[in-house]
Amino acid sequence: MVHQHFSLAPNLTVLENVMTGTESLWKLASDSRAGRQKLEAISKRFGLAVDPEARVGDLSVGEQQRVEILKALYNDAHILVLDEPTAVLTGPEAEKLFSTLKEMAAQGLSLIFISHKLDEVMATADRVVVLRGGRQVAERKASETSKAELAELMVGRKVERPVREAATPGPVVLEAVGVTVRVDGVDRLKAVDFTLHAGEVLGIIGVSGNGQSVLAGLLSGTAKRSAGDLVVFGKGVGDLSVADAIALGIGRVPEDRNGEGAIGEMAIWENAVLERIADYSNNGFVDRNRAVSFADSIIEAFDVRGGTPSSRTRLLSGGNMQKLILGRNLIENPKILLAAQPARGLDEGAVAAVHERILAARRAGTAVLLISEDLDEVMALADRIQAIVGGSLSPPVAAEDANAQKLGLMMAGEWTENADAV
Amino acid sequence: MNTIVDILASAGLWGAVLRIATPLILGTLGAVLCERSGVLNLGIEGIMTFGAMVGWLAVFNGADLWTGLLVAALGGAVFGALHALLTVTLGLSQHVSGLGVTLFASSFAYYVFRLLVPVSGSPPTIEPFQPISIPGLSDLPFIGPAFFTQTAPTYMAIALAILLAYILAKTPLGLAVRMAGENPHAAEAQGVNPMVMRYGAVIVGSALMGVGGAFLTLSAFNSFFPTMVQGRGWICIALVVFASWRPERALFGALLFAFSMASSCVFRPRLMAPCLIRYS
Repeated sequence: MVHQHFSLAPNLTVLENVMTGTESLWKLASDSRAGRQKLEAISKRFGLAVDPEARVGDLSVGEQQRVEILKALYNDAHILVLDEPTAVLTGPEAEKLFSTLKEMAAQGLSLIFISHKLDEVMATADRVVVLRGGRQVAERKASETSKAELAELMVGRKVERPVREAATPGPVVLEAVGVTVRVDGVDRLKAVDFTLHAGEVLGIIGVSGNGQSVLAGLLSGTAKRSAGDLVVFGKGVGDLSVADAIALGIGRVPEDRNGEGAIGEMAIWENAVLERIADYSNNGFVDRNRAVSFADSIIEAFDVRGGTPSSRTRLLSGGNMQKLILGRNLIENPKILLAAQPARGLDEGAVAAVHERILAARRAGTAVLLISEDLDEVMALADRIQAIVGGSLSPPVAAEDANAQKLGLMMAGEWTENADAV
Repeated sequence: MNTIVDILASAGLWGAVLRIATPLILGTLGAVLCERSGVLNLGIEGIMTFGAMVGWLAVFNGADLWTGLLVAALGGAVFGALHALLTVTLGLSQHVSGLGVTLFASSFAYYVFRLLVPVSGSPPTIEPFQPISIPGLSDLPFIGPAFFTQTAPTYMAIALAILLAYILAKTPLGLAVRMAGENPHAAEAQGVNPMVMRYGAVIVGSALMGVGGAFLTLSAFNSFFPTMVQGRGWICIALVVFASWRPERALFGALLFAFSMASSCVFRPRLMAPCLIRYS
């Protein structure tokens, strides 16, 4: 069993993590030499290289997952269950995992790969079983099914990713001119330029870790410029504080739902009014009735399921928590919406709901800055697309002129001759 | 200046260091074991008091000294089991439970003591452990009187530190205990029951604390006072951190603390007031 959230002891070495519980507890000395030899033999056989003496906490997430798999193989497992193994991996790490899994299957192991990502299932599986609401609803051979069919089976109805209608963008509401952000002596954003019009979605595509979080922080008031100008509604605003960003009507959907978007231990109504607590207070006391009815209206309008205003927010599923965060921002028709990885980790149905909400906001005249590393998402939602690589932004390309290949090249930093400014 | 050198060079100081260090070594080993399994045991102060009382009481009622130590270990184990029940099975706050065990165990110790031993002007005494001379080693100049004329429990404490260090670092059992402390879910996923590991570690660790307390009444001194542990348990909790949760470093840390206590005791009479370290 390889869990989505690792069960490893970060302070112990790889070998110790693997060997725990494999020997009789009353042995007078652990045979770590034999254990290490067995571990090394297994790593070699399946191409799972990792240093047995390394502290697990020092390893990258991909390596930690290798340790999890090694733990199972060390116990002579023949059946390996992987629960959403790619949720924590970067693209290349996931690719490596897939080839390892194929290798293990070729050597006679049986693998159960649990995932909601259709691409991964189609890429790895021989047979596919679809579960919905605790029931097995279908079983298909991977060669005889399609992503569309599986998506339909998963959700129970036809999933139609919302379609973006043509629209004429309104006036410029936000403009960045040569903005540089330096964090700890490193330029995380390098003289970036972009303009954002009312009623359009500007997609920022890139492999994560290329400056997206700083760009998001710039607009939400947590990162400070070191050069350049930020112009909102035609006025230079200098450095935004978080309060400024809220006051200007910049709605924010942060990348990390649980860390920055919502406070899991607090009630849904508390999270709903978190950003505008002063509006829901009288003489310094929170007006709970008004706050709860505001939360109720979000739950109603945005179809947040799984809780009442007074239940704790962490009990919501990822998709419903995201709907709550979106609702909190969109219910008051913000002028600008910053959406960072809004559909990450959500299932098909929730992805469609989030996308529909973003397009609805666009129709209502909101300017949306969409930061994403999902090509399909950006191509489905954005009117114009810019790639972010190493803190630099490419010139924008219109969605009509973009295709996966072109965007892929842009994400790799090759835009000078490929992109034409719009 | 010469006085200081004389004091540092005196065998008496170094003998006292080892003697003062013994209860600290035992208590710290117990606390290390508990914390390595993932349970903070703030019951230590009370468990040491209770161990000091029952150990002494057993000997006062005619048991021999080693049986006294065993009784102290059992007494500590009982309170360890109580702490484990509260924190491991019932999942209560380890801090609150530990402080509760300390308050309960120390008050209970005094209550039982007063119940069985009537008030008198001078407290009743027993015949404590006597220093053991190790043939050959004890006759060495300086080193002999300083390090090889201790009572048996002191040697035992040092041996236990080495033994516990070996068990934690080298045996499958020690690894299972550490895994239960680092990540109980990981231990469970590997077929190790972290609850069992924690119960075992807290019970054995508390037994060590009980023995540490009993050293005060059965070796360092010969009678029981309710306040005699005097914060040594809290020093042990600090020593756990000082030793970064390693038994072999706990030994070193306890000796360092004991040195500072012993030197305050040795320097003081010559400079001003009499020694304040009682029951050392």
